[in-house]
Amino acid sequence: MRKRIDLFTIVNSFFMLGLVFVMLYPFIYMISISLSSEVYVLKNQVFFWPKGFTTRWYEFVLRDSSLLIGYKNTIIYVVAGTLISLVLTSMGAYVLSKRKMMFRRSIMLALIFTILFQGGMIPAYLVAKNLGILDTIWAMVLPGAISTFNVIVMRTFFEGLPEELEDAGRMDGLNDFQLFMRIVVPLSKPVFAAIGLFVAVSIWNDFYKPTIYLRKADLFPLQVILRNLIIAGSMVGGNDAGTLGAAAAADRGGGGNVVVESLKYAAIVFGTLPILVLYPFLQKYFVKGVMIGSVKG
Amino acid sequence: MFLKRLRDNKLLILMILPMLLYYLLFEYLPMFGILISFKDYNVFRGVFASKWVGLRYYEFFFNSPDFLVILRNTFLLGFYSILFGFPAPILLALLINEIRHSVFKRFVQTVSYLPHFVSNVIIVSMLVMFLSPSTGLINIVLAKIGLEPVYFLIKPEFFRSIFVASGIWQGVGWGTIIYLAALTAIDPHQYESAEIDGAGRWKKMIYITLPSILPVIIILLVLNIGTLFATSFEKVFLLYNPLTYETADIISTYTYRTGLVQGNFSYATAIGVFNGILNFVLLYAANFTARKVKQVSLW
Repeated sequence: MRKRIDLFTIVNSFFMLGLVFVMLYPFIYMISISLSSEVYVLKNQVFFWPKGFTTRWYEFVLRDSSLLIGYKNTIIYVVAGTLISLVLTSMGAYVLSKRKMMFRRSIMLALIFTILFQGGMIPAYLVAKNLGILDTIWAMVLPGAISTFNVIVMRTFFEGLPEELEDAGRMDGLNDFQLFMRIVVPLSKPVFAAIGLFVAVSIWNDFYKPTIYLRKADLFPLQVILRNLIIAGSMVGGNDAGTLGAAAAADRGGGGNVVVESLKYAAIVFGTLPILVLYPFLQKYFVKGVMIGSVKG
Repeated sequence: MFLKRLRDNKLLILMILPMLLYYLLFEYLPMFGILISFKDYNVFRGVFASKWVGLRYYEFFFNSPDFLVILRNTFLLGFYSILFGFPAPILLALLINEIRHSVFKRFVQTVSYLPHFVSNVIIVSMLVMFLSPSTGLINIVLAKIGLEPVYFLIKPEFFRSIFVASGIWQGVGWGTIIYLAALTAIDPHQYESAEIDGAGRWKKMIYITLPSILPVIIILLVLNIGTLFATSFEKVFLLYNPLTYETADIISTYTYRTGLVQGNFSYATAIGVFNGILNFVLLYAANFTARKVKQVSLW
């Protein structure tokens, strides 16, 4: 096998560099604008590196009460939601992986049917309303807590564990629940990590549920606050005129629009920060999750 | 006999109970709620006391001038997303697979997955900012080469392109994972013997690589087609505005506006049921085809 550098390799390498640029540049651009002073932003001079480096936009963001409340709410929803989801999914999937379980096939079919058909937005809303969970944290963590796909993935993983281990546990007098807690869970860290991360990211990013189920501004997660701030263009995130509104108003004299642009970019970066920072470390778990999931259930 | 099994399964039943309760409350109860699309639902009377009206709300919907518009929009957004979005990760995976330098390869992969983890709110925020006619990066560049600024987000004719293109940006890298896995499963001896037979890069791709990943391509294509009518609510809702409704409004966003905003619960439910049936039929047919063609199945 000889190694040669032909035209294709060169073209392909350039294409890949182009791809990397297209994937990364928007983030670099936003970070640079959010760290630049308004003079250079106003003159459209910032393209790659920040010009007139300043952190004042982030100081505004960190002082804005509605953004901070949104951040706090999101963290609460992610922690509680992921925990609930993992507990319910793993216990159920474990039971469904046991051959001796009665009605195993019927239960599985009933779960799968929900992939095919759903009641839809309005009936789901009415159910949440009648359960009295609208405008509570429960509306954010209960509906959608279990995904049938995740159940299938976990069940497939549990079925692949060596049976001898459980038999040994049974000899020692462990019951089904103890078997699950002491033998199955410790052996299943990879699925728990992968599915837990998927669930956590999807709750962090969720915009649908708060739009449908939440009206109270002090329960809004970060995504809703960001949407109001950037897309709807209102400077006031919650009921109170946050510091962002004040900052924008104060600066309106000197090229208000662009000043607000820098603030908005700072808010976007602030909202994406956890994933941007943690991403390199978590990436391999995500990929593993997809791989486990692609095994036929 | 039955009682003995029940006793044997006592703990297992207890363990699966929370899950069953979840499905009952949040999956099956809403299905039961579909009843209100056949009733004149009144919030104060509740589901049972409200009057039956048969298919009246379905007829309203089918006769409404909005019907064809949102059906077409829902179909076209899904269709274009598949037409342009489906081949993209296959092509990219083939190209990534050709990179011999392993560090560079891993770097490209890692970077290309990243947009998948950014929320729709952030994606649409970025679009709004980048496409802004006065301060957006795209229009700044257009101005530099002497072109007039374009108001991308209020022109209906741009909506689908923006939606589909940004969707590819979000998903192309992530989509390669499964193809790259399939590519690594190919026996390298096949390539070696092909090389001895004098096959070039192109021939090897046509006769070895593509046939090897074809099963994966077919399953994913079938499943993609199965969810054609299930374009997610979030991104359209965030990206559209009254000026672009004529190309952007889809069944789910229309349901949201008529149901939750205007309070026509029965009418909106009927629309949701219609969408649900479309999804059901397509997904079922797609899975059926997959099973027939390749003996693979979602369930």
